[in-house]
Amino acid sequence: MADPIKQFVVKTIVPLEIGGADVSFTNSAMWMVAGVLLSTFFLTYFMRRKSLVPDRGQVIAEMLYEFVANMIRENIGSKGRQYFPLIFSLFIIVLMGNLLGMIPYSFTYTSHIIVTMALALMVFFIVIVVGVIRNGFQFFTLFVPPGVPLWLCPIIVPLEIMSFLARPVTLAVRLFANMMAGHLILKVFAGFSVAMLSLGVGGFVAGLVPMFFNVIFIAFEILIALLHAYVFTVLSCIYLKDSVDLHH
Amino acid sequence: MDIEAIRLLAAALALLPIIGVGLALGKIFSSYNEAVGRNPNAAEILDKKFFLSFALTEALAIFALVVSLIILFG
Repeated sequence: MADPIKQFVVKTIVPLEIGGADVSFTNSAMWMVAGVLLSTFFLTYFMRRKSLVPDRGQVIAEMLYEFVANMIRENIGSKGRQYFPLIFSLFIIVLMGNLLGMIPYSFTYTSHIIVTMALALMVFFIVIVVGVIRNGFQFFTLFVPPGVPLWLCPIIVPLEIMSFLARPVTLAVRLFANMMAGHLILKVFAGFSVAMLSLGVGGFVAGLVPMFFNVIFIAFEILIALLHAYVFTVLSCIYLKDSVDLHH
Repeated sequence: MDIEAIRLLAAALALLPIIGVGLALGKIFSSYNEAVGRNPNAAEILDKKFFLSFALTEALAIFALVVSLIILFG
């Protein structure tokens, strides 16, 4: 029986090496490129006519745009408009990773912590850089919540700094762990069905039970894929809000 | 006890946080349903908050699962 971990193995497709570093084109990179190409093609193709009365494809493209635009307006406010490209790209790359992973025999690149950690650290450093540019060194008063008495500061400030530093870790681990655990469960249940098959006709019937569970899990996994793309971007918005307008 | 038994026990104990997550999810579902039951028009606003809090809480259970799997196979 195949190992349920095997689906996460990164395979080299085109071996490449630059200056001693391994930069091979892997199946992970292939699905990332597929996600980018697919979303770019989808958005440009359906928006090519820009008609006032949209057809079905244009409605979907506009829905995606409006969904992210609303998310930014609700969480950052009108000042967040200029961060739309960043948040939209983040949403699309995570959504594509999660959804393309639901295709059988494909590879879920968001199920690797290196990918989600890179995205989360990017958000983390953008928050710091934007915060320092917009507020100067006043940005670091973020660690002192307004209205805290002075004698509490020695306790509150280290806690605030710790929770600030934990943000990229929780952001990355949440997405990676959900994707990995979900795909692991699917393959473990599929493994039950395969194991039952070896028991003959009775096993074939009994093997249908985990399969039906798997059907439910796949529907649940698609919900989780959409939900966690949303959660990742909405949390990025909330973090970015701190640096856009401090203490509000 | 030999080290293998302790490892299995640790992997099982690492899943204890799921008790808390279960209680929390029950609370989230019950208050969401109660709020929507009282004011069905609020469902649109509550949906997003509900899904966000559901995902944030459920992620804790997944963290515990990952820690347990690391102990088990790591």
